[in-house]
Amino acid sequence: MRLKYVLNEVLVGLWRNVTMTVAMIITMAVSLTMLGASVLLYMQVDQMKNFYYGEIEVSIFLRSDVTDAQRSAIDSAISANPLVANKTYETREEALERFQQLWKDSPEFVKSVGPNSLPESFRVKLKDPETYKTFTDQMTGMQGIQDIIDQRALLDKVFNIFNAIQVGALVVAGVMALAALLLVGNTIQVAAYSKRREVAVMKLVGASNWFIQAPFVLEAVVAGIIGAVLGFIFLFVSKVVLLDTKLQALTNILTPIDNGNVWLMLPLLAGVGALVSAATAWITLRFYLKV
Amino acid sequence: MSDPAGLAISLHRVDCLPVIQLENVTKTYPKASRPSLDDVSVGIEKGEFVFFIGPSGSGKSTIIKLLLHEVSPTQGKVMVNAKDVTSIRSWKIPHFRRSIGCVFQDFRLLPNRTAYENVAFALEVIGKTKAVSRRVVPEVLELVGLGGKEHRYPHELSGGEQQRVAVARAFVNRPLILLADEPTGNLDPDTSIEIMRLLDRINRTGTTVVMVTHDSNIVNQMRRRVIEIESGRIVRDQARGVYG
Repeated sequence: MRLKYVLNEVLVGLWRNVTMTVAMIITMAVSLTMLGASVLLYMQVDQMKNFYYGEIEVSIFLRSDVTDAQRSAIDSAISANPLVANKTYETREEALERFQQLWKDSPEFVKSVGPNSLPESFRVKLKDPETYKTFTDQMTGMQGIQDIIDQRALLDKVFNIFNAIQVGALVVAGVMALAALLLVGNTIQVAAYSKRREVAVMKLVGASNWFIQAPFVLEAVVAGIIGAVLGFIFLFVSKVVLLDTKLQALTNILTPIDNGNVWLMLPLLAGVGALVSAATAWITLRFYLKV
Repeated sequence: MSDPAGLAISLHRVDCLPVIQLENVTKTYPKASRPSLDDVSVGIEKGEFVFFIGPSGSGKSTIIKLLLHEVSPTQGKVMVNAKDVTSIRSWKIPHFRRSIGCVFQDFRLLPNRTAYENVAFALEVIGKTKAVSRRVVPEVLELVGLGGKEHRYPHELSGGEQQRVAVARAFVNRPLILLADEPTGNLDPDTSIEIMRLLDRINRTGTTVVMVTHDSNIVNQMRRRVIEIESGRIVRDQARGVYG
């Protein structure tokens, strides 16, 4: 009976102040969506780092006037280097072929590149991509090397952009969360005021504190969970609509977002939403319902 | 529960400890220049009917607040049923309050609930089942003389009838003590007398009744123990007293 009473009170409470409840749910949903997006992006960047850093190569481009002696000196220097996992050698012809394959959709562009405009190169994979700097320092100064390029430096620029987006989403989530918390606090105050007579009688006849507070706290928790579910749906729909269709081009660069990770957001958002609203409601009651 | 009256009276005979005991109680509210209660000591036995009288601001309402543990004494001890009220942990206070019934000048009924629902609410929020209230509530409404008016709302009842509902709510849990803070303050003299008869009947079931009042007429008619307070001190404690 008491459970039924508490649940009934929760429903009545949510309905009594329905505009406020809606506002509370919407801000909660937006805040949690941003939080979810931020967490997903964080996991995504992490996954991409693992994926791409494994693929990363250091390219050593050779001068066009490189001699055979210089080439074999570089070759053996790479082979002898303990940092190197493996290396491949790419001739000018192979470089051109690869270039043509890569840009096969733009024949004009391909035509403008002659067989001698691309340099020959060594593609070196390091055991640990972090040791790039040491490796480069050891290699520079050798005769016949035109340039040493680490793909990592390029990738880091991309990751920096992702990180900035992620931090931005987190900041928006934080600001919206603040607004949501203030709304929860206010809703609970209004609810406590409209039930002040009942609360006074309950205190008088000795109803336990949890019994007096539970309907208010649960009211906030229910709103928080509804907000979390809405946020999750929004997140899921944007993933499907944006990444799987409209922005599919991007997914060639992005490693695919795992649906499992997206589903993981549901318990995460619901947990955060419920916990944060419960705590806010409870703290508000400390001030407005001295028991 | 079947015969609470008999049980209470037999307990009274065995147990001679006072049910309420104030020992050198001083209460000074923050920012107040003088104490509301100044070194007050008084004992009230189980089953007694006691009036606290005195002018406004003399400190009589503070006694009610101390007994309910709404405020703590600045000094001294407040014992209820041989328990030091101030030593009760805050989360146990609700449970402690179940042994005390309360009636106020302004009735404090829930306007959107009927007489029956008001009384049942008090039972159900402390964990009693609907089955219990279906059994107990009509009984107690009958006792206070509201048989047949169970389903009226407070605004459909006279002041006296509303106060009867309040008394029923205070008594339905068979408390050890009934505290009444100016229960006749909003009622005309005839209705007041009826409420006093009701309180007297409840007192005869063995419930200790402590009543704070201004109403000299009632005090003089009842001829019960009168404790007069002035400026926070007890100036008179008389067994079968009058208002004076």
